[in-house]
Amino acid sequence: MSGNKEALLSKKNVKLLKEPFNDNNPITVQVLGVCSALAITVQLKPAIVMAISVMAVLAVANVVISLMRNLIPSRIRIIVQLVVVASLVILVDQVLKAFVYDVSKELSVFVGLIITNCIIMGRLEAFAMAQTPWKSFLDGLGNAAGYGNILIIVAFCRELFGSGTIYGYPIVEKIGLYNLGYENNGMMLLPPMALIIVGIGIWIQRSRNKSLIEPK
Amino acid sequence: MKLFRNILDSVKPHFEKGGKLEKLYPAYDAFATFLFVPGHTPHSGTHIRDGIDLKRTMITVLGALFPALFFGMWNIGQLHFNAIGAEYTNIDAFLFGLLKMAPMIIVSYGVGLTIEFGFAVQRGHQVNEGYLVTGMLIPMIMPVDVPLWMVAVSVAFAVIIGKEVFGGTGMNILNPALTARAFLFFAYPTYMSGDKVWIHTGGEATVNGFSGATPLGDLANNVPLDMSMIGSFFYGDIPGSMGETSTLAILIGAAILLATGIGSWRTMISVFVGGYLMALLLNVLAGPESTNELMKTPAHVHLLLGGFAFGAVFMATDPVTAAQTDKGKIIVGFLIGVFAILVRVVNPAYPEGMMMAILLMNVFAPLVDHYVVEANIKRRLNRVKK
Repeated sequence: MSGNKEALLSKKNVKLLKEPFNDNNPITVQVLGVCSALAITVQLKPAIVMAISVMAVLAVANVVISLMRNLIPSRIRIIVQLVVVASLVILVDQVLKAFVYDVSKELSVFVGLIITNCIIMGRLEAFAMAQTPWKSFLDGLGNAAGYGNILIIVAFCRELFGSGTIYGYPIVEKIGLYNLGYENNGMMLLPPMALIIVGIGIWIQRSRNKSLIEPK
Repeated sequence: MKLFRNILDSVKPHFEKGGKLEKLYPAYDAFATFLFVPGHTPHSGTHIRDGIDLKRTMITVLGALFPALFFGMWNIGQLHFNAIGAEYTNIDAFLFGLLKMAPMIIVSYGVGLTIEFGFAVQRGHQVNEGYLVTGMLIPMIMPVDVPLWMVAVSVAFAVIIGKEVFGGTGMNILNPALTARAFLFFAYPTYMSGDKVWIHTGGEATVNGFSGATPLGDLANNVPLDMSMIGSFFYGDIPGSMGETSTLAILIGAAILLATGIGSWRTMISVFVGGYLMALLLNVLAGPESTNELMKTPAHVHLLLGGFAFGAVFMATDPVTAAQTDKGKIIVGFLIGVFAILVRVVNPAYPEGMMMAILLMNVFAPLVDHYVVEANIKRRLNRVKK
C-alpha cells in the first residue's frame, strides 16, 4: 500500500470523516437514503439503533470491497457488492434480534432494507472501489455518521413534539405542559412531517453555507 | 389623515438609505402605502392591466368577506345561547361571537404579520398584502373552540412552510389559509372534527336533545338529514366552522368579487357545476333504495352544506394558487367540485372534502396550465401549416 507513508489521521483523512457532516451530507446534500429517514424516525431509540447498524454495515462493507477491489471483475461488481452488503445486514439483523429484540421488532423490515439504502451502494461504487481500505473505512464511518446525525435530529423533533417524550422519557408530562392545555402534535407522527423537517434542515444548512446553492 | 402624514414624513429619513433604521425600510414602506397611495411611479416599461394594485385588491376581498364574517359572529352567539337554553337578543349573540372571534383574528394577524415582516426585512423585499386576506380567512375556517396557541402554531406553519419557503406572496403552491387548516386537521384532529367543537358551550349544561354535530357530521354517521331545514342550510344558522355556514352571506361576497372583477367567475361556476354533477352521479349510483344517507343526499343540498360554497368563492379563486389560463380555471374548478363531493361521500374519515380537494388541485393547477398552453400552441401551429 502506498498510503503507508501517510499519517493515519492526516488532514485529508480527517476531511473524509468530517465532510459528510456538513458540506457533503448524504441526506441533506446528496438526498440519498431519504426513505429510511421517513420510516424509522418516529421515536429516538429505533433511529439510534438504525444509525449504529448502518454505520457498522457501511464501514465494514467499505473495507471488504476496498480489499477486494482489484479482484472484482467490473462486469459483476454490483452483484459482488450486494452479496457483501447482504451478508453484513443479515449479521446485523441477527445481532439486533439477539440483544435488543423489541427494537428489532419495531424496525421490522427496515433492517433488511439497509441493503437497498442508496448511501451504501453509492459509497461502495464511488469510493471503496478506488481507494485503500483505511480511507474507505473512514469514508464509510463518516457517511454513515452523517446519515445517522440527520436521523437522530429528525427523530428527536418528531418524538418530542409528536409523543411528548425524549428517548421514552415523558418530558412534557413532567414539566406539566399538558395542564396548561398543550397537546401533542399528531402530524409529527405522520411520514410527511419527517420530510418537512428534513426540508427545514436543508434550508438552514443552505442559508448558512451559500456554496451549496446551485447557480441559477 | 394629516396627522398620519406628518408622523410618516417625520420618521421617513430614519428609514431611507443611510438612515439609522435602513434595514427596516420594508416595514416603513408597508405602513406608508397602507395609509396612502405610494408616491413613486415606475420608470421602466410596465403592463397596466387595471388601475388597482394588490393592496386595493386585497381590501376588496376583505370587504367581500365581511357579510360572512358578521353573520358568523352572530351565528356563534346564537348557537351558544340556544345550546344552553338562555334568553338572548340578536345584539347579545353578535357581541358573544365578536368576543370569541376577535382574539383569533388578532392572533392570526399578529403571528402572520410578524413572520411576514421578519422575512421581508431579512430579504429586503416589500411586505406584501396577501396576508391581509389570509389572516382573515384562517379564523373563519376554524371551529369556535380551537385554542389560540393552536391558531398561532398553524399560522406560523402556513406562512413559513406554505409560503415563505417558496419565496413569499405570489410564489406559493398551496393556499396558505387552507394549509393552516390542514395542518391543524392532521396535528390536532380532536379539535377539528367530531360533534363537540362546533358550538361553544363553555362546560355549561346543555338543553335536552342538544347535538353539536354539523349536518355533514350527521350524514357521515348515516343520520338522515331533516329536509325541512333546507332554509337553515342556506341562511346558515347551523353548526360549522366560524365563517362558512351561511351560503347566503357567501353569495353576497361572491357578488362583490364578481362585480369588481376580482374573483374569477369561471372558477366559481365550474366548482359548483363540478360538485353538482358529481353529487347527481352519486345519487344515480345510490338508487332509490339506498341506505347510504350521504350518497342519496340531493345534489343541490350538497352544495349548501359544509365549506363547499366558502371554498368555491374565497379559496378556489385565490389568484396565486389557481390556474392562470381561462380554460385551466374551468378544468381545475370543475375537478375541485368533483373531488370535494367524492371525498365527502366516499371517504368516511373525512366528513368534508372541500379542503382536500382545493389543496389537491392547487398542486395540479400548474400542470393543467402547462397542457392548456401546449394545446393552444399546437392548435395555432396547425393553423399556420395549412
